[in-house]
Amino acid sequence: VLEQLEGSRAVARTVALCRAEVIPAYPISPQTHIVEALSAMVKTGELAPCEFVNVESEYAAMSVAIGASATGARAYTATASQGLLYMAEALYNASGLGLPIVMTLANRAIGAPINIWNDHSDSMSQRDCGWIQLYAESNQEAADMHILAFRLAEELSLPVMVCMDGFILTHAYEQIDLPTQRQVDSFLPAFQPRQVLDPAEPVTIGAMVGPEAFTEVKYLAHAKQMQALDLLPELSAELAVTLGRDTCGLLRGYRVEDAQTVVVALGSVLGTIEDTVDELRARGEKVGALGIKAFRPFPLAEVRAALAHVERVVVLEKALAVGIGGIVSQNVRNALSGMSADVYTVIAGLGGRPITKASLGRLLGVAQDDALAPMTFLDLNVELVERELARTRQCRRSGPHAENMLRDIGVVAAGAV
Amino acid sequence: VFQVRIHGRGGQGAVTAAELLSLAAFARGRHAQAFPSFGSERTGAPVLAFCRIDEREIRTREPVSQPDALIVLDPTLLHQVDVFGGLRPDGYVLINSVRSFAQLGLAEWVGGFARERLLTVPASDLAREHAGQMRPNAALLGALAALTAVVSLDSVVHAIQMRFSGRLAVANAAAAQACFAFVEREREALSHA
Repeated sequence: VLEQLEGSRAVARTVALCRAEVIPAYPISPQTHIVEALSAMVKTGELAPCEFVNVESEYAAMSVAIGASATGARAYTATASQGLLYMAEALYNASGLGLPIVMTLANRAIGAPINIWNDHSDSMSQRDCGWIQLYAESNQEAADMHILAFRLAEELSLPVMVCMDGFILTHAYEQIDLPTQRQVDSFLPAFQPRQVLDPAEPVTIGAMVGPEAFTEVKYLAHAKQMQALDLLPELSAELAVTLGRDTCGLLRGYRVEDAQTVVVALGSVLGTIEDTVDELRARGEKVGALGIKAFRPFPLAEVRAALAHVERVVVLEKALAVGIGGIVSQNVRNALSGMSADVYTVIAGLGGRPITKASLGRLLGVAQDDALAPMTFLDLNVELVERELARTRQCRRSGPHAENMLRDIGVVAAGAV
Repeated sequence: VFQVRIHGRGGQGAVTAAELLSLAAFARGRHAQAFPSFGSERTGAPVLAFCRIDEREIRTREPVSQPDALIVLDPTLLHQVDVFGGLRPDGYVLINSVRSFAQLGLAEWVGGFARERLLTVPASDLAREHAGQMRPNAALLGALAALTAVVSLDSVVHAIQMRFSGRLAVANAAAAQACFAFVEREREALSHA
């Protein structure tokens, strides 16, 4: 049934439909609405049996999820930004131990400077921690991805992170078709753990492994995650039949077939990009878009096949790898190695800066003219940067960049001015 | 697509107003997308909320920079925020104030726009009278229905009943209805002026 719902609530209700059994959570914007809604559902008994554990930190949240999953419970949590960083050590343990925890990441920037708004700095910082990473374009996709995530996680015994753009999706109301309990139950059977801590049959998990087998354990972690490249499309097709609509898969191309220039991106910005593609197509520009839904494992062969005929690839990234530039574009270049397409990095939408159709249209115009620099910061306020650089040249004790630049643009930051 | 931008202060219900508007449009089978833009939540801090209404799927996620309609929940924002930024020349404006545009210092400004589409409405007063509280959001949605017909009063009331229950639903619906009637009377007066 179609409903007009907030993204966070749609995800919470989907997680309940997936019969999560243990939910340890610590609040952090913009994820909070999700676990608030779940805690209310546990309290009213709408979600039962389920234990909601108020923990004292994200480190504890992931640790409790690990413990719960190891005893055979379907474990779920959600976090964002600094919260993800705080649970970083436990993230590696969850994946290293092969525990199929599902976590929603409400994508948010990482400080300093502190910033509560959306970008992909948080999830990208943990891209190599052994978790499968899926990125949702819409709230419908975010909801459906959670059903896929539990099944994928449990079939592979690996944790899955569903990334959805903070505020842009989590706080957006749009129409969503949530499945019935019966539909979810038919797709997602009860959790059958591959390993389980059971007092009746005592075992240990988490052994110390030395040089004699560490490489082999890691090799298997990689081989196992790579299986998702086959399994995710299969499960997506199966879920699509159950739900009667398309579900995520690994990639989604939009008007890519005869495109000269294709924008590659992850997450909710794809909608804005698709609108821009339509506008440029109406003017005769052969442009398209490619959405990467599964970033880990990275679908190298599929990206290569999708972009084989393309002259220019513009990778629009919501995260910055300081010291090199793009992250997604490194992966895309890897996929296209030996091919002739030019790959451009565009850093956009950092810390919640809106990515507009107007800016995207201009950017693609420049790209079509072969005038795009290898790396661009979309809508960079060059004058603001120049003024601060001038200050640092003029005086040794020029002060903190953030406060100086806020003062320049007339925003009063905390503290004396 | 019809795009609405709502300016308010934390606690006035700007975000809820956008949500209610999207519910009202959805109830009539249309696509609607509502989303907020706030900083660290603080009561009284400027808050923005947006709503797009369309007959087809809405894909874009950018903030509304060229609104078809503008709702200002607190007139003191006029001095703090560029509330009119990007407003289309044929755009609608509703400001929650008992004062006129001239009294708000906007006599010259209104000249550049379609005068019959601009109104100040005493939404806080109507909310206090009918809902027993100062939160003007529901009342202003009644006003929007009267001014633009982008949603009907019935669907606004329906959205309020979906979102709230009990006394709160009744009171907010009454405030919306009262503000709808106020705008109808004002437009009548304007058309005879």
